[in-house]
Amino acid sequence: MKIHIPTPLRQYAEKKATIDVPGRTIAEGLSNLTGKYGELRRHLFTEDGKLRAFVNVYLNDEDIRYLQNEKTAVKEEDTISIVPSIAGGAQPGTAVPHKCT
Amino acid sequence: MLKLTAETLEEIRRHGEETYPHECCGVLLGHIDSEAEVREVQSVVRAGNTRFDSPRNRYHIDPRELIAAQRLARERDADIVGFYHSHPDHPARWSQTDFAEAHWLGSSYVITSVNQGIADVTNSFVLVGSSEETKKFVDEAIEVSATATEGKVVSKA
Repeated sequence: MKIHIPTPLRQYAEKKATIDVPGRTIAEGLSNLTGKYGELRRHLFTEDGKLRAFVNVYLNDEDIRYLQNEKTAVKEEDTISIVPSIAGGAQPGTAVPHKCT
Repeated sequence: MLKLTAETLEEIRRHGEETYPHECCGVLLGHIDSEAEVREVQSVVRAGNTRFDSPRNRYHIDPRELIAAQRLARERDADIVGFYHSHPDHPARWSQTDFAEAHWLGSSYVITSVNQGIADVTNSFVLVGSSEETKKFVDEAIEVSATATEGKVVSKA
């Protein structure tokens, strides 16, 4: 399978944007990925080995949460995307004090 | 430093006005010079705000739109260098929600305040650190140029 690495994590994967790894499931693919690039592990997984909540993993265009999560079967020609979430927003009354120059 | 053309900056600000009183959001494509700590924006990609429950003070980009933006970046030999969103009737400063939900280390987070439907201040903050535990937002200067090669500082966060 081919795994697309998001910009912030490429520094831990020899600056590669895409990495081919073997595996029959998402779990095997991610295990092989972090086996090869150990620094990626702490960015993708919590200390107890669970995918961090803000890390989205997509099999082609499908969120694995709506498939079989990390047990989802993967074919050699499939593409996996690791996508940290993008969210936020103004929260009235809680903006951090800031002085513009 | 975040480098933008006047056109791309205007595109960001106009997006915020169009979605007012809701927050807008989008992706910045371009190139990163890590050594010089410069992020140069070549184009912006608008995204939809999926926070239908609280669009006035929350935003969320569908990951499928991020995947599409990544694909577009690859086609243009570029990278995702940051993101933008608006704060309707709220200062262009990062909130605790912005910080808690920021996970793209090394990327720019551009915020435009939109007051009564009119874009006001635009600031940029870069998410620095090497992990979730050490991350922090740092003010980032914005350099705006008429073209991609002619620079002029107009805003410093």
